[in-house]
Amino acid sequence: MKTMKLMAAALGLAAALFAGTAFAAQTNVAVAANFTEAAKEIAAAFKAKTGHEAILSFGASGQFYTQITQDAPFQIMLSADDERPKKLVEDGLAVADSRFTYAIGKLVLWSKTDGFVKGEETLKGGNFAKISIANPTAAPYGAAPIEAMKALKVYDALQPKIVQGNSIAQAFQFVDTGNAELGFVALSQVINVTAGSRWTVPQDLYTLIRQDAVLLKKGADNEAAKAFMTFLKGPEARAVIEKFGYAFGASS
Amino acid sequence: MDLLLADTWQPIRLTLELAAITTVLLMFVGTPVAWWLARSRAWWKEGVATVVSLPLVLPPTVLGFYLLVALGPNALGGLVGPLFGLRTLAFTFEGLVIGSVFYSMPFVVQPIRNAFEAMGDRPLEVAATLRASPLRAFWTVAVPLARPGFLTGAVLGFAHTVGEFGVVLMIGGNIPGETKVLSVAIYDFVETAQWREAHILAGGMVVFAFAVILTMTLIEKRAARAGA
Repeated sequence: MKTMKLMAAALGLAAALFAGTAFAAQTNVAVAANFTEAAKEIAAAFKAKTGHEAILSFGASGQFYTQITQDAPFQIMLSADDERPKKLVEDGLAVADSRFTYAIGKLVLWSKTDGFVKGEETLKGGNFAKISIANPTAAPYGAAPIEAMKALKVYDALQPKIVQGNSIAQAFQFVDTGNAELGFVALSQVINVTAGSRWTVPQDLYTLIRQDAVLLKKGADNEAAKAFMTFLKGPEARAVIEKFGYAFGASS
Repeated sequence: MDLLLADTWQPIRLTLELAAITTVLLMFVGTPVAWWLARSRAWWKEGVATVVSLPLVLPPTVLGFYLLVALGPNALGGLVGPLFGLRTLAFTFEGLVIGSVFYSMPFVVQPIRNAFEAMGDRPLEVAATLRASPLRAFWTVAVPLARPGFLTGAVLGFAHTVGEFGVVLMIGGNIPGETKVLSVAIYDFVETAQWREAHILAGGMVVFAFAVILTMTLIEKRAARAGA
């Protein structure tokens, strides 16, 4: 008799657990590396509010684009640029009217050494061995430093000193491990880092980094995916986005 | 018609250079290690053999992570780098060579060790009775007998270095002509949707790998026949 009761209890528990997960849906989101920390916070707030779960994958936008063209199981892409979401719509892989700018990124020249980065004169002085950037062909945060260096007329001189990270996360890591003295990173990556020295690159030196989100065809009928896109435009997401040093995109 | 862009040839040349230098270095470093592992009676030698073999099992990211830290200015790179006017050994061709030596070591040491062991004590004992010095016996008896092992080790070491990706990605910094090797170039082409170039290089790698494995098999077959 006792075992029967026990089994019934276990069954009931299992049923309750199953029911609990049945209502909450999941969605797979491809997130540009620079947005990693912000996306984690947004996903947590999203889960607290809606019960839906956003499963995040982090990487370079270029890599995600290629994977999505090859049927990767992502339902949303938070790109680091507006080009690739646009292309995904053109390729018929994303829902046309779903694209919007969720954040506008800012570029920072950062060093772990206090007082090392003073401003554009640090670049003009060129008093360093290695400067790290993200891969300019795969990541917009890598293309922007090239524009900025060209605008400051230091690109030719600095070009031999450039090392490329595969994503903006690796560009940061090269500086963080001390292997490069300084590097161009996203403001969001160093917003919570108090050590070192930094210079926020003036906006007129590089093309606006519009980071677009797009609902992919695979997520067109997914409850959680659609809810996440809406949530990303809302006030809770905005607070997080601005906290990490981005300009909020959805209103502009 | 240019089948390949100039910046596609560069990674190919660089990769071959890296693999060649690594293989030569490994022959010098790996042979004494293999010899010692084959002949020594020390109880802890299998521990050393295991350390040498670790890269077979560890993800390249583990090696890449340790190397990035070790080659950096706060470690080895800070000590050795200044001798060459460098702050860090990461992002350099030399750094890749160091990484490749560790990464490909088991592929060279293992076959050479096996060849030395298969030879047994007898040939060296005979050499000794003929008053050959140990060094002379090593060069005139052991090395020629272990030749198939050396060949296999060299081919595998070379091929494995060509096939290296994770370690290079983590410590290379993707510098054309310095650290942008073939595997990374392919990754870049795929990531930027330049599929024509990716196809050419990837196809070339398939042919290369096929040739390597086939060569290996043929060497082993011939060795087996010669030994019989």
